[in-house]
Amino acid sequence: MALTKEKLISRLQTQVGLSKVDSRAVMEEVLKIIKETLASGEDLLISGFGKFSVRHKNARRGRNPQTKENLILRERKVVVFKTSGVLRNRINQVS
Amino acid sequence: MNKSQLIEALAKQENLTLKKAELVVNALFENMAEALVRKERIEIRGFGSFKVKHYNGYKGRNPKTGDIIEVGGKKLPFFKVGKDLREMVDREKE
Repeated sequence: MALTKEKLISRLQTQVGLSKVDSRAVMEEVLKIIKETLASGEDLLISGFGKFSVRHKNARRGRNPQTKENLILRERKVVVFKTSGVLRNRINQVS
Repeated sequence: MNKSQLIEALAKQENLTLKKAELVVNALFENMAEALVRKERIEIRGFGSFKVKHYNGYKGRNPKTGDIIEVGGKKLPFFKVGKDLREMVDREKE
């Protein structure tokens, strides 16, 4: 069972005591701020969780593994995520 | 941008007190972190998804001393960026 946006919204309701409407609004606003920050090329560092950064990729020759067609991948910007040490340790903890 | 700046931006946009905005942001990331600790997937449309992947251990070398060392296996979250965010980030600046 995946954690979805809907579930996060209902957790905000119970944990922070916001109405359903307000929970949804703040959830959407947080995502909007994060997306606009990354779109502007700025990184986002959430201590205890991880860091989202924008990385520039140079153009390179690639190949479609299905059709075996050669193609050129143009230069582009991508988002990468690096897990914080704290969260990595929590995930790897033997319980 | 760091977490405090995200909290400030949220407070301003949604007319929340800093305290309330801090509760919201902390609750969101703590819920996400707990899901990953439980090895549960996270899927947020338009933003991206997280999945905990297992990486096998391997024999490595200490680059300084040349000693062979055993690197243990580990689990790490993998973030796959969602379509909407991917396109926003890659969009050419006019």
